[in-house]
Amino acid sequence: MKFGIVVFPGTWSERDTQYAVQDVLGQPARLIWHKETDISDCDAIVLPGGFSYGDYLRCGAIARFSPIMESVREFAGRGGPVIGICNGFQVLCEAGLLPGALVRNEHLEFRCEWVNLRIERADTIFTNTAAKGQLLRVPISHGEGNWQSDSETVRRVEDNGQVLLRYADASGNVSEATNPNGSTNGIAGIINERGNVLGLMPHPEKACETLIGGADGNVLFESMMRSATAAIRS
Amino acid sequence: MPVSQETLDEIALSRAEYEAIVDRLGREPGNLELGLFGALWSEHCGYKHTKPLLRRLPGESNRLLVAPGAENAGVIDIGDGFAIAMKIESHNHPSAVEPLQGAATGVGGIVRDIFAMGARPIALLDSLRFGMPQDNARVQFLVHGVVGGISWYGNCIGVPNVGGETWFDKSYTGNPLVNAMCVGLIENANIVSATAKKPGDLLVLVGADTGRDGIHGASGLASRTFEEQAEMRSAVQVGNPFLEKVLIEACLEAINVPGVNGMQDCGAAGLTSAAIEMAERSGMALRLDVSRVPRREEGMTPYEVMLSESQERMLLAVEEHAVPEIEALFEKWDLDATVIGHFHAGAEVEIYDGETPVSETPIEPLTSAPEYAFTAPKPEWLAKLQATDPAAPGLPPVSPADALLKMLASPNIASKRPVFRQYDHHVQTNTVVEPGGDAAVLRLKGTSRAIAVTTDCNGRLCHLDPRTGAQIAVAEACRNLACVGAEPLALTDGLNFGDPETASVQYQLVESIEGITEAANAFGIPVVSGNASLYNESAGKAIYPTPIIGALGLLEDATKHAKIAFRQQGDAIVLLGRSAPWDGPGTLAGSEFNSVFHDVATGLPSMDLNLEVRVQQLCRNLVRAGLVSSAHDCSDGGLAVSVAESAITGGLGASVTSALPDRWDAALFGEGQSRIVVSLPESELAHLKAMATELDVPVSVIGSVGGDRLTFGEASVPLTKAADAWEHGFERATTG
Repeated sequence: MKFGIVVFPGTWSERDTQYAVQDVLGQPARLIWHKETDISDCDAIVLPGGFSYGDYLRCGAIARFSPIMESVREFAGRGGPVIGICNGFQVLCEAGLLPGALVRNEHLEFRCEWVNLRIERADTIFTNTAAKGQLLRVPISHGEGNWQSDSETVRRVEDNGQVLLRYADASGNVSEATNPNGSTNGIAGIINERGNVLGLMPHPEKACETLIGGADGNVLFESMMRSATAAIRS
Repeated sequence: MPVSQETLDEIALSRAEYEAIVDRLGREPGNLELGLFGALWSEHCGYKHTKPLLRRLPGESNRLLVAPGAENAGVIDIGDGFAIAMKIESHNHPSAVEPLQGAATGVGGIVRDIFAMGARPIALLDSLRFGMPQDNARVQFLVHGVVGGISWYGNCIGVPNVGGETWFDKSYTGNPLVNAMCVGLIENANIVSATAKKPGDLLVLVGADTGRDGIHGASGLASRTFEEQAEMRSAVQVGNPFLEKVLIEACLEAINVPGVNGMQDCGAAGLTSAAIEMAERSGMALRLDVSRVPRREEGMTPYEVMLSESQERMLLAVEEHAVPEIEALFEKWDLDATVIGHFHAGAEVEIYDGETPVSETPIEPLTSAPEYAFTAPKPEWLAKLQATDPAAPGLPPVSPADALLKMLASPNIASKRPVFRQYDHHVQTNTVVEPGGDAAVLRLKGTSRAIAVTTDCNGRLCHLDPRTGAQIAVAEACRNLACVGAEPLALTDGLNFGDPETASVQYQLVESIEGITEAANAFGIPVVSGNASLYNESAGKAIYPTPIIGALGLLEDATKHAKIAFRQQGDAIVLLGRSAPWDGPGTLAGSEFNSVFHDVATGLPSMDLNLEVRVQQLCRNLVRAGLVSSAHDCSDGGLAVSVAESAITGGLGASVTSALPDRWDAALFGEGQSRIVVSLPESELAHLKAMATELDVPVSVIGSVGGDRLTFGEASVPLTKAADAWEHGFERATTG
């Protein structure tokens, strides 16, 4: 499965993501400059983490106007898998590819720490190698990861099963104490209605090997790879 | 025309220095020239008071690729074509005036020093000092501003912040210290020099536009004491981390373009220092046209352009044929790249404003600031302090168990998680040992190796004996490396002192440099780079002498490392470096215990470098052999705090069984050096003892891991209570 990893000015997770999918998981991956528009060679698109355009104005608010985003929109519209990590999640929300918005952490501080993510659904292209309720230990690194929306949208996202990941404790319990940023209902990651676009604040690419603290983040990429293989077979 | 005292004060030159300039030029300097001299002869750029001392530091190593002082940072060979560039730098004065921007631009500046060498920045560390934070709103404001600034800038540029220290003492109340260290990785031995290669090379300015910010930052802020800074807010620079991030990427691309011959960062004294030092290193003349410098403000004079300290700017030396490719490359990153001058045969710097010549000055006098050598006797007040028995205050009226809880809650000892959780320490996915331990470990992708990095300095011990204190700073930094299993390779030093024109500070400077030298020689490693920040005073009082030591170590096998946390119920706890668990009352000298309970710093610290080297070798051997479950040094707070930290981070209790002596304060909290606490299965004890005998290191089996309490002799506290004190002590002291 060929991954395309989008680089905006200010992105800093592109090489980490490339290392995780290429060096660790053995998949081809290429960096895509944000002014490019041809991504027809890619089977999956990653909008990685960082501070695109310095997060000036609002996180992701400028990046969404980059030429690449029209191609990403078309790619997603055709059902292509797209994953937005941290700043990438913020860009996807700004671009309207995912609902809601990421606002300042409730405690107003940047947070870098390991968290437990509870997988809410195992029947998606991002989680099909995991089990429902399984925990992933993955780092977060953000100042604005507090997912918020109007109550109608929150209800719709919950009812549609669009919540894929929630912040939990080591036993899988979700509570205020396990929520690192004030995000609504402890939401760490959501998918679109069609299920082919995922946005999450935690960094799965930073949990790619046990030497650096854990390899749980690979689950998301491995699931995408399995879906791609299954799609070819069918 | 004689220059006015007001003009000299503005650029911080003395009358005698002015006369020296006239003498060396053979004429009066012009207005712009005077500005150039003021900047380049400042303490910050010219190292007037420290250069003769710094020459004494050891600079030899067969791993050294770039000698100390030759370039923006020292470079150390770590094998397989990889090299490490490292340097520490202070931003104390700007941080005292405006903590958020001061600390942020401190990070930005040191990062530019590192990528100017062609190195990708792979780690940041921060060594911070503040006054006592409890109930002091100003200190709390400084703490939150500085940490917030480092967080804001460092996180945005995608460089992990993996270590450092945050330490409090009333000595720093009016004059906090903010020292930032950056470590960069050079691949394929592709080191970039800050020089032009041949006549005709063009000087290209890249990055931010130039404004009026930071004028006289070097000559002014860094050379004045705190009271004098109140009116100098405009001398503080403002950072743009996004610009820095794209500048890193663009510059690291640019060094691979054929015809790019050199790179230099614009730091203190801006274009003046960067361009003129580049010409000096190249042995060529430079013609520079200020009218070509892109501005962010109207009506700037040549003087202002040359002295501006606008951030996020770099200079490149580029052959003419490569200019179009460089312009296109920077255009891709939405950055300006502007030819502002050229190098040619000669030895002058000629500054033009368009076609109008503004000044022409020989480079040699500009870059050879006067040097002030000195020796000073030990001050009387210090002899008195040293002769005072540190055990004289007697035991405080608390139980040893309550004393332990109070010590764990002291902001100097309590967990710094509230600080480092605000810094990304995982980005670049190399972090094997995270902040919160003795040293951070970063693996080197594509190899089996890892580097370890740390900073250390106990200013209180340096206050009591600058020479021994500096030795201890080096020894502790290297001990931190030994605890994770790394062999020390190189040091960088951030020298923070008071007014060098006073006898006490002169004594402290001389003795500290000697101490660093003696200790570095004992470990056989060079000091590859550094920075001196003087005039750190407020209300006429100098800060504690604070020579902060940054250390780099190497692990041949990244998987063979240790952390501080106890891991195994039933493991034996062994003290390396002593044949018995408890130290005597003399080790209370300058201790955290005496500070917390008696508010005194007295006595004479001691250091046996010979024993220290052997203890560290033993620890490293144990970690590399995979024998130990944990390793943690004894430093602030002594043995009891070391054991408690290993227990709390491991979530396992511990019991040290020997009965406490009468002076339980020294036994538990004395700060005798050359001690490391390890834990390991009892079955490996014989092996450990054999290895210790071979290296002639005393060891003592002092207890065991397990249970849910922390016990020292008859003193005992529940682990949960100790953990609460340690985990929340910092927040409780620095908020509200």
